[in-house]
Amino acid sequence: MAPATKPRIKIPESARAGEIIEVRTLVTHVMETGNRKDRDGKPIPRDIVNTFVAKYADQEVFRADLGPGISANPFIAFSLKVPGPGTFEFAWTDDEGTTLIETQPLNVV
Amino acid sequence: MTAQGKELLTISVLNRRSLLIAGGAAALLRPLLAMAQEESAPALERSKIFQEAYTALTAGATPVEGKVTLELPELAENGNFVPLTVSVESPMTPDDYVKVIHILSTANPVARIATFHLSPVNGVAKVQSRIRLAKTQDVIALAQLSNGALVMGTTTIKVTIGGCSS
Repeated sequence: MAPATKPRIKIPESARAGEIIEVRTLVTHVMETGNRKDRDGKPIPRDIVNTFVAKYADQEVFRADLGPGISANPFIAFSLKVPGPGTFEFAWTDDEGTTLIETQPLNVV
Repeated sequence: MTAQGKELLTISVLNRRSLLIAGGAAALLRPLLAMAQEESAPALERSKIFQEAYTALTAGATPVEGKVTLELPELAENGNFVPLTVSVESPMTPDDYVKVIHILSTANPVARIATFHLSPVNGVAKVQSRIRLAKTQDVIALAQLSNGALVMGTTTIKVTIGGCSS
């Protein structure tokens, strides 16, 4: 994975249990498709974030299998019906096998 | 006014009216013609790679059109960066929810853009992302419900500059 910059996560400042919230995530990654060639005409190997997993309170709540058709710096937003207090754990894994993990607690009122 | 003058006046009024009518009719016809042309435009070609991916995912079943909303801009100037919103009508209860949503390109070198896995904990079946599109094409969202049924939605998008190698 390219020099790790902190992934960007956007969740509401607070939420009530049972409320449906939107979770927006963005990670910095080149998402090299594997179809391009370098200046010498040699193919540039594919390197994409192929899996994104979101957990909340240690339960998997969303998963995405990504292909090279996802733009560089993958942005993914999904919804969650807040089951109660908890912390998000997001994990992005790329073709090199590197996994980047980011956690963010949700303020449940 | 002489009789001759009256006659001339009548003619010019008539002419003006008929001109207006003709013009109005033409104005009405134009969009109709445009619509007819659009309808007769050939369907966008779908790649063999797409057909294979689609066949593998549907396993011979015919997905029902509707229930799936796939929002893309009508025109993408930059195919490297196309915002996408997909949503599926579903109560998202343990008895009836959307399990999987596949996003498929009909003209990219790789057909499967992404697969999203959902469960009742999501509350609503709605996912947003940004995708690459090589050229003008149909994009398809294929969803599998908890009872195994397949539903799909299709959106056509014009791409000005293709995502070079998506």
